[in-house]
Amino acid sequence: MFDNLAGKLESAFRRLRKKGVLSAADVRDALREVRMALLEADVNFKVVREFLSKVEERAVGQTVLASLTPEQEVVRVVRDELSELMGGQPSRVTMASHPPTVIYLVGLQGAGKTTTAAKLAAMLRRQGRQPLLVAADVYRPAAYEQLATLGRQIDVPVYYNPGATPVELVEQGIERTHKLARDVMVVDTAGRLHIDQALMAELLAMHSKVPGHEILLTVDAATGQDAVRVTQSFHSQLPLTGVILTKLDGDARGGAALSIRAVTGLAIKLATNGEKLDAIETFQPDRIASRILGMGDVLSLIEKAEEALDHDETADLAERLEQGEFTLEDFRGMLQQVKRMGPLSKVMEMLPGMKGLGQLKDRVDDRSLVRTEAILSSMTVGERRRPSIIDGSRRLRIARGSGTSVQEVNRLLKQFREVQKMLRQVRGMRKGKRGFPKFPFPPMPEG
Amino acid sequence: MPGLWERLRGGLTRTRQGLGDRIRGVFAGRQWSDDLWESLEEILYEADLGVDTVNFLLERTRAEVWNQRPRKAEAVVELLKRHMVELVRMNGDPRSLADHRPTVWMVVGVNGTGKTTTVGKMAYQMRERGFKVVLGAADTFRAAAQEQLSVWASRAGVEIIGQGYGADAAAVAFDTIRAASARQADLVIIDTAGRLHNKSQLMQELAKVHRVTGRALAGAPHQVWLVLDATTGQNGLLQAQVFLETVQVTGIVLTKLDGTAKGGVALAIARQLAIPVCWMGVGEGLDDLIPFDPEAYVEAILGGDLNA
Ligand SMILES: Nc1nc2c(ncn2[C@@H]2O[C@H](COP(=O)(O)OP(=O)(O)O)[C@@H](O)[C@H]2O)c(=O)[nH]1
Ligand SMILES: Nc1nc2c(ncn2[C@@H]2O[C@H](COP(=O)(O)OP(=O)(O)O)[C@@H](O)[C@H]2O)c(=O)[nH]1
Ligand SMILES: [Mg+2]
Ligand SMILES: [Mg+2]
Repeated sequence: MFDNLAGKLESAFRRLRKKGVLSAADVRDALREVRMALLEADVNFKVVREFLSKVEERAVGQTVLASLTPEQEVVRVVRDELSELMGGQPSRVTMASHPPTVIYLVGLQGAGKTTTAAKLAAMLRRQGRQPLLVAADVYRPAAYEQLATLGRQIDVPVYYNPGATPVELVEQGIERTHKLARDVMVVDTAGRLHIDQALMAELLAMHSKVPGHEILLTVDAATGQDAVRVTQSFHSQLPLTGVILTKLDGDARGGAALSIRAVTGLAIKLATNGEKLDAIETFQPDRIASRILGMGDVLSLIEKAEEALDHDETADLAERLEQGEFTLEDFRGMLQQVKRMGPLSKVMEMLPGMKGLGQLKDRVDDRSLVRTEAILSSMTVGERRRPSIIDGSRRLRIARGSGTSVQEVNRLLKQFREVQKMLRQVRGMRKGKRGFPKFPFPPMPEG
Repeated sequence: MPGLWERLRGGLTRTRQGLGDRIRGVFAGRQWSDDLWESLEEILYEADLGVDTVNFLLERTRAEVWNQRPRKAEAVVELLKRHMVELVRMNGDPRSLADHRPTVWMVVGVNGTGKTTTVGKMAYQMRERGFKVVLGAADTFRAAAQEQLSVWASRAGVEIIGQGYGADAAAVAFDTIRAASARQADLVIIDTAGRLHNKSQLMQELAKVHRVTGRALAGAPHQVWLVLDATTGQNGLLQAQVFLETVQVTGIVLTKLDGTAKGGVALAIARQLAIPVCWMGVGEGLDDLIPFDPEAYVEAILGGDLNA
């Protein structure tokens, strides 16, 4: 499966270029690839149509055609348009000028409202606020117990009153909020279909009794074409203030984000990416653009790397790289840092073109990282500092010691030499951002 | 079973709104002309069938239109419909049990698709058919998952076996099957924790549940139902692929068809992975699970009643 848009465009243009000069029609042809990519990413059909007509206008412009690398230009135009549509800057959940702030989480069944309510409360607490959770789902079996459990885990009180209606629950909830001197009330509501008039009316009744400063629609990142209908419908019945995109730790492209934004103009304010209660963050519009296009979440990767890397060690390393003194000892240190970034498969997913490349991902799993580390650990410090001394008998010893094979040891050494060569070439050409070296990833086993 | 058919119609009538009305508006009583291809394409895309399957279906239909030169637009829709039904034709009743007693069903899927609810509905319906059903609470992770399943078990009037939170899911499955065998139960349904298919560690854990199930009873699990939310887009294909590889999914439960989503990715799954769609979920009540009806489903996507 080859689902990297940049790659697809490249091959499309290669085909076209054989004919000689590129025409506007050629670009239009190539844009079919963009259309496929967007549709495969679950961007709504109609949104795709409108989006592409805008892109086409810009892409058939002279600069693209005259460019030596029109595919890159087209990708850039698509990316820019996407980012613009998604609204460049992240938007935040806003707090009322006069507390308490009331936040409603609404949405379809199973979207992640209850979990997200708890995550949001935990996040607010980390920001120094005093949230109260209200369990206003009186329909789903054990909905209260679910929120109560999560509330205990994050140490945030949960208000509930068996037998009360959802409207009564928010009324009593706001009283409780005042009484406990809390400054934010987060209301978890029952999942409902946008076409369920009775339940939609109930939400409106809750909001009219206890007005929400934020009414956030919770949407599963894997949602398909229906996202438009659902969001429009919720938005026409309730004054939504934003959207939360959940389950971004999956490998869905998240085209729903684009559809929602294009059709309602609502900002996506938060994203969740895991079942743990700290797996929530401010939504980064420009990242989703790359994700939708299958270009990998490079920004997240860099950020993660910066978080995980030990800055002193890194600075040290950068300096040695600068002097061309990169050794297996350094390499081992780097591996350990990479490991701190989390499971390799997750890291790999953030790289361009890795999504959907299941096979490759399987090959570059944490086991290969572990094996590489084992090999490195079986070497002496001297060997790691001067790999050239590793002869046949040393290789055998290292293979035995690490429970691997001589071939694997050879492969690692070979890849290391290549990395060294590469580093020598880039050395001096550029310094990494903020002392952050552009380090290669652990070697991939071949075959 | 009274009420069931109405429920299906009720659920699907709502599903039909929007697309159905539109297709009737665009196609009814019209002469076929080539610019209608785009309308068909749009309907299929908006039902989440995905690029490959849309192309596949339209190419087939195009070839026939070329040969048969139908005059009416409805006739073309009929041709398309037949190809769609072909993709999701079912053999057999998903409610039939294996020869083994107990028969073991495992219910799997990503987070929030409706697994626990489906287990509850299945338990109720199979008990209504006279079978003795035991549930295994092998979601030992999600907050209140056990309480939720307990409520369903008592609604359905069946027994539930669990070991509390943090317990090994495979051990729960093992215990449930052993206990069910001792009690001469007919059917064991094992509810599992939702997990995203790209989390290899969680998928390994599920594979273990599957393996241990077979160790508790040779031949088990007899069915592995993948619960797929109808609102899911193209990611459904990846989900199905990985769950198929990990636990040999035998059939799909397409839930939340009472909304406006069509779950068309199920057609892509049926075509590309040969996993049949076996059930549909059309609500949150005990009766809101019905054996998959290919014709009704495809009609719901295309609007139906074209000849009326
Ligand atoms: N992997 C993952 N699972 C999530 C995320 N958010 C919620 N979930 C899971 O999705 C399922 C449904 O969540 P829940 O909060 O009960 O949804 P609700 O029905 O909308 O209240 C549960 O299994 C949650 O653990 C997320 O960001 N990532
Ligand atoms: N409308 C509708 N909701 C459903 C259906 N099946 C499940 N649900 C709801 O979806 C949510 C998640 O269901 P649950 O069984 O907890 O999902 P699980 O996380 O996969 O076990 C709950 O609110 C259910 O009531 C269905 O067919 N239609
Ligand atoms: Mg909930
Ligand atoms: Mg469940």
